[in-house]
Amino acid sequence: MTGAPVLEVRDLCVDYGVGKGGVRAVTDATLTLRRGEVLGLAGESGSGKSTLAYAVTRLLRAPGVITGGEVRFHGPDGVLDLLEADAATLRRIRWDQISVVFQSAMHALNPVARIDAQLTDALRAHRAQLGAAERRERAVELLRLVGIGEERLRSYPHELSGGMRQRVMIAMALALEPRVVIMDEPTTALDVVTQREILDELMQLKDRLGFAIVFITHDLSLLIELADTIAIMYAGRIVELADAQRLFHSPRHPYTLGLLNSFPALHGERVRMEGIPGAPPALTALPAGCAFHPRCPFALERCAHDVPRLAEPAEPAGPDGAPADRSAACWLHTGGEHVPAPLARVLGSTL
Amino acid sequence: MTTTDTARVVHGPKRPGTPALEARGLTKHFPVHGGLRRGRVVRAVEDVSLALPEGTVTAVVGESGSGKSTLSRLLTRLIAPTAGELLLDGEPVGGSARARRAYAGQVHLVLQDPFSSLNAVHSIRYHLRRPLKLHHGLRGPELDARAAQLLERVSLTPAERYLDKFPHELSGGQRQRVAIARGLAVQPRVLLADEPVSMLDVSIRLGVLNLLDELRERERLAILYVTHDIASARYLADTVVVMYAGQVVESGPAVQVTDAPAHPYTQLLLSAAPDPRRREPVVLRGRGAPPSLIDPPSGCRFHPRCPLAMPVCAETAPPVRPAAGDQVAACWLLDPERAPGTTPA
Ligand SMILES: Nc1ncnc2c1ncn2[C@@H]1O[C@H](COP(=O)(O)OP(=O)(O)OP(=O)(O)O)[C@@H](O)[C@H]1O
Ligand SMILES: Nc1ncnc2c1ncn2[C@@H]1O[C@H](COP(=O)(O)OP(=O)(O)O)[C@@H](O)[C@H]1O
Ligand code: SF4
Ligand code: SF4
Ligand SMILES: [Mg+2]
Ligand SMILES: [Mg+2]
Repeated sequence: MTGAPVLEVRDLCVDYGVGKGGVRAVTDATLTLRRGEVLGLAGESGSGKSTLAYAVTRLLRAPGVITGGEVRFHGPDGVLDLLEADAATLRRIRWDQISVVFQSAMHALNPVARIDAQLTDALRAHRAQLGAAERRERAVELLRLVGIGEERLRSYPHELSGGMRQRVMIAMALALEPRVVIMDEPTTALDVVTQREILDELMQLKDRLGFAIVFITHDLSLLIELADTIAIMYAGRIVELADAQRLFHSPRHPYTLGLLNSFPALHGERVRMEGIPGAPPALTALPAGCAFHPRCPFALERCAHDVPRLAEPAEPAGPDGAPADRSAACWLHTGGEHVPAPLARVLGSTL
Repeated sequence: MTTTDTARVVHGPKRPGTPALEARGLTKHFPVHGGLRRGRVVRAVEDVSLALPEGTVTAVVGESGSGKSTLSRLLTRLIAPTAGELLLDGEPVGGSARARRAYAGQVHLVLQDPFSSLNAVHSIRYHLRRPLKLHHGLRGPELDARAAQLLERVSLTPAERYLDKFPHELSGGQRQRVAIARGLAVQPRVLLADEPVSMLDVSIRLGVLNLLDELRERERLAILYVTHDIASARYLADTVVVMYAGQVVESGPAVQVTDAPAHPYTQLLLSAAPDPRRREPVVLRGRGAPPSLIDPPSGCRFHPRCPLAMPVCAETAPPVRPAAGDQVAACWLLDPERAPGTTPA
């Protein structure tokens, strides 16, 4: 991805609770989202995906606290550190510049207000200059964009199917033409056909309007189709970050490899797959060293006490001599270790 | 002249001998309570015939609301069918309390939610000892030995590490294994698993699917695996049965159905499923959502969404026809006289 950065997250740390009862839910997260890019955030339940998204948008609620890091948003009026921004600035930016489709979006609509009122109210709050007729016109236009006909404008949320409510949520998120849209499991509760329809529309809108998307899901196989770049989270840390096709064909982190081996294929010969032994850890009992080490088939001695940092893997440059432009947090790739074959594949050799 | 087939097509893996469990013409209409629609019914499952031979896995796939859970509840006798009958080892099942108890010992249901299926205040030991006492009249030290054995059968080893734990101390995958172990305590012949992994973490789902695979091989169980994830159905099952709007629209060997789907609905499902190896953009053939089951479409229930629909499709329900080998589908395109020269893509 070569676009200009629009959102830069550096060393972000988030805790739930303080002092003795506190746990760290996100540790040292570093990410860059570029204009027009789809950045996928994948990981198991509890890995910190939503926490990261809420912290970045400053929507985190108590007992969640941001304990460190930097979030730089490149807006129309220059660069802004969202973690330093005051409440008024945040109000101005949220929705207008950065909007969020929440995990429980199906329930995020006001149940007692009609769809058109919910859309036009949002426009009234942020676009005071628009008249009533213009607002309404815009509401119709927005719903049309996400594939909902005008006849649905007067509906209440409960009169719509789950897929339609989800579309309305996406329309609301796009209403003010933001630069960044953060979507937390936006289609997980939907059937595959509806999911596909909504994602198709979303991608077309993105190409047309040029916003960037942070797409959060546990469905890595969907993300590989959808995202340009993918960040894999485990126990609060980003453990691998790479271009989607590279991540799929040549993973570097053993957890990524395990996740990829957890999704049966839709084609080809049937082979037994093993998933990953054990279960994700609780934040209150994180293993020392690499948090993945109790489940890792390749763990080294040092993995039990030294925490690996996210870094470019030490490996020969690609055939074109270009730098790897990817990173993994794993001791196998810091140089000098034998890298097991499944974690040493080169993109292109498997295609 | 084609006649609508009256011979009943039984879906499921083809094996010699009597299937462990067979359903003939199972139908469930739920009454609608209140409102303008009072007196009408939800046609949740319509005339489904299924044979589950021992040592096989049959996957039922379909979108939400297609009737999968209603079908598995009918098979466990949790709800009474509007029509149709069940045969256990070829014998019609009776309605007496005694017959029900016997049936419950043979056909076990594993639920989606491993949290709610175990009781938080009791240890794993308690959960496993109970069915052993009730069904087998076991007492004393033998109980513990058998409880430990059950845990080993679901790969929770060493068993001593788990016996005194409480449900909240186990992961979702471990809880689902305990729920399955408890089911095995009564030595069932048939295991019905309704979305057994959809609430589990991605990395531990395969462990539970592989366990079902081992139970099929080792214990010769007849397994029904209900899922909306067609890739996992292909991975685990011998036969895939596709449901749409309460009816079976296609069935056949798992790889065959997923590699060469005959029914336009199966084709739609497969084209929409996530696939990291997909090269071309998805072209969905048949948008929209499943119909209301209170007033389902006439003829083929898929016709309002079907890109290949013909006039006959809106009038008459298509018969089930062979597609290739053991693969069958209910679609007029498979009828040589209705659709000459037309084959589904
Ligand atoms: N007790 C009931 N009363 C009325 N209608 C019901 C009842 N149970 C199920 N239904 C209806 O029957 C149809 C099939 O439901 P079922 O739960 O079997 O679908 P499903 O395929 O399991 O869906 P999901 O994947 O969402 O669980 C649906 O239209 C549902 O609303
Ligand atoms: N309000 C809270 N109090 C304490 N812990 C929390 C709270 N919300 C989330 N957590 C914990 O933070 C971790 C990350 O949660 P979350 O970001 O929601 O994960 P994901 O979205 O990846 O499922 C989990 O272990 C979760 O239990
Ligand atoms: S750092 Fe060690 S334990 Fe962690 S993923 Fe790499 S090899 Fe495995
Ligand atoms: S019977 Fe007709 S409407 Fe139904 S799936 Fe076949 S072609 Fe489509
Ligand atoms: Mg979440
Ligand atoms: Mg169900």
